Amino acid sequence: MNTKTLMYIVKRLILAVVTVWVVITVTFFVMHAVPGGPFVGEKAVTETVRKAMEAKYGLDKPLFVQYLTYLKDIVTRFDFGPSLKSRGRNVIDIIMDGMKTSVKLGLIAAFIALFIGIVLGSVAALRRNRIIDRVIMVITTAFVSMPSFIMGSLLLALFAVKFPLLPANGAAKGGLILPVITLSLYPMAYITRLTRSSMLDVLGQDYIRTAKAKGVSRWRIIFGHALKNSLIPVITYFGPMLAYIVTGSLVVEQIFAVPGIGRAFVNSITGRDYPLVMGTTIVLAILIVVMNLIGDILYKVVDPRITLE
Amino acid sequence: MSSKPFSVQQDLDPADFLPASEQEKEYMVQMRPSSTFFKDGVKRLLKNKVATVSMIVILIIALAAIFVPMFWPYSYEQMLGNVPGKPMDASYQNLRPFEYSRTEQKLIKAGESVMPHVFGTDSAGRDYFIRIIYGTRISLAVGFFASIIVLIIGMTVGSIAGYCGGKVDLVIMRIVDIIYSLPDMLMVILLSSVLKQTLADKLDGTVLARIGSNIISLFIVFGLLYWVSMSRLIRGQILSLREQEYVLAAEATGAKGRWIIIKHLIPNCFSVIIISTALQIPSAIFTESYLSFLGLGVNAPMPSLGSLASDALNGISSYTYRLVIPAIVISLIVLSLNLFGDGLRDAFDPKLNQ
Repeated sequence: MNTKTLMYIVKRLILAVVTVWVVITVTFFVMHAVPGGPFVGEKAVTETVRKAMEAKYGLDKPLFVQYLTYLKDIVTRFDFGPSLKSRGRNVIDIIMDGMKTSVKLGLIAAFIALFIGIVLGSVAALRRNRIIDRVIMVITTAFVSMPSFIMGSLLLALFAVKFPLLPANGAAKGGLILPVITLSLYPMAYITRLTRSSMLDVLGQDYIRTAKAKGVSRWRIIFGHALKNSLIPVITYFGPMLAYIVTGSLVVEQIFAVPGIGRAFVNSITGRDYPLVMGTTIVLAILIVVMNLIGDILYKVVDPRITLE
Repeated sequence: MSSKPFSVQQDLDPADFLPASEQEKEYMVQMRPSSTFFKDGVKRLLKNKVATVSMIVILIIALAAIFVPMFWPYSYEQMLGNVPGKPMDASYQNLRPFEYSRTEQKLIKAGESVMPHVFGTDSAGRDYFIRIIYGTRISLAVGFFASIIVLIIGMTVGSIAGYCGGKVDLVIMRIVDIIYSLPDMLMVILLSSVLKQTLADKLDGTVLARIGSNIISLFIVFGLLYWVSMSRLIRGQILSLREQEYVLAAEATGAKGRWIIIKHLIPNCFSVIIISTALQIPSAIFTESYLSFLGLGVNAPMPSLGSLASDALNGISSYTYRLVIPAIVISLIVLSLNLFGDGLRDAFDPKLNQ
């Protein structure tokens, strides 16, 4: 690692921190711009009760003081305050509860997408312009154009309703199968296309020809020389893939009734549970930003020839 | 040749040196009409079968979305069994494709012609076909206008950053970097859920109220977040273009920055602009349908493809086709727009193609 790489990493880190700060700030002020305040729509409360509640949640202080307290709590204790609707529960507990299911869902989907995507992409590249390549490309093109909620609903209609093979409820046994498939199809298709094009690029390189000329066996060329190098662009997709899985899980968890963080987020929006909305947005945003950061840094470290701005 | 094998002298025919006749001249000089950059691009585009087919698909869908509601006898919000002054006719509700309600069956027996419900009706007795068509219209319009907004903001900011350079560029590009690394979907959901509530009262009574607070907030969100990649692209183009001699010439003749940007620089990055706008439309449609699916999209009773799919989830076991139809339409639109955009890119800017 030279100084240039180090500089890049430092710059990237600063950008990530600033991004997270912007997310927290925007989220805080946007949520507080909602007319009516959080207690509108509750049962009619008397003035004193409202005052007492506002004092309890610190809502009687000036907005900027509230903001500083909020920021301080997050930075020092990773605390997002209490939930307004689920009495007696802290936002962070609800998030951690949902995370257990969602992380499992997301990780399995990501691994499936990576594994199948890389295999299919390499097969397509090695069998370029043959039938199998064409088939893979047509299918992946179709998958890339299909929004996750459409994919999820169609899978639900097909495998849980028309042919009841798998449970439609995400909380049931085996209920995560359909959500995992739904979430993994788009990144899988994307990784397939990415791997194919970079594999084709690598296969045309001089060192592959040299290896062939030396008499290295076909499989050794594929696994030892070509595949390793063609996977570099895939690393850059880590961040976007996670972002896709996170946003996808918002609807997928809704469709399949998976008790995860995505469903908690959507419910908190419809239920106007502001601290929960803010907390989930910030946690998910941090997750995405960190993943993007790791992806970018890995990319740079793995291939030092790459010059990023 | 045969008599003197080593001679370099050639046997020449004096006839070869006569001036060419008009006929010969015409044969030699092939006049082709000069081709412009645009014509070349269109030619390349039409040669691309996939792009042509997707263009035709988009045209058919767009024309249907514009013209079918004009002559279709049902409207998207009309609950058919609900005629004022008469008892509610529940037989209009949940009709299967090409089924008729009791009232309509009587009319048919009496010899009158009744427009069939091609996709049946929904649970409120609204004709589903026209709802799909209308939803397509909304989705396409949102995609189109959102892309225009993105284009205008991105172009302005990008060209200013690229042309001015220096500190202006630095500041703008840092802002762009931050917005670019924000998780867009989360921010979109957050902003539109809040704007939806903030705007609802303020819009009442204005022209904008007809469009609906949700769509307006969607446009605002697009204007806030999605211009960054467009402005990056245009900045890059302008950075290289402004070193060209014609910019120097314009500056030497006293042209102002605004004039140079509008008259010289932007027309020269037109292909980039068109291509990225074309590719922006499907992503806008995608976002709109996603938000509608979450209940943050268009205001009811206005349908959009996303909200139609989301509504269909409730009756999924008995009315699967109500989900499948909007799903197919939306995938078809996004797919063909993407393929068409790719075709445009290949045809108009071979440099962009990687």
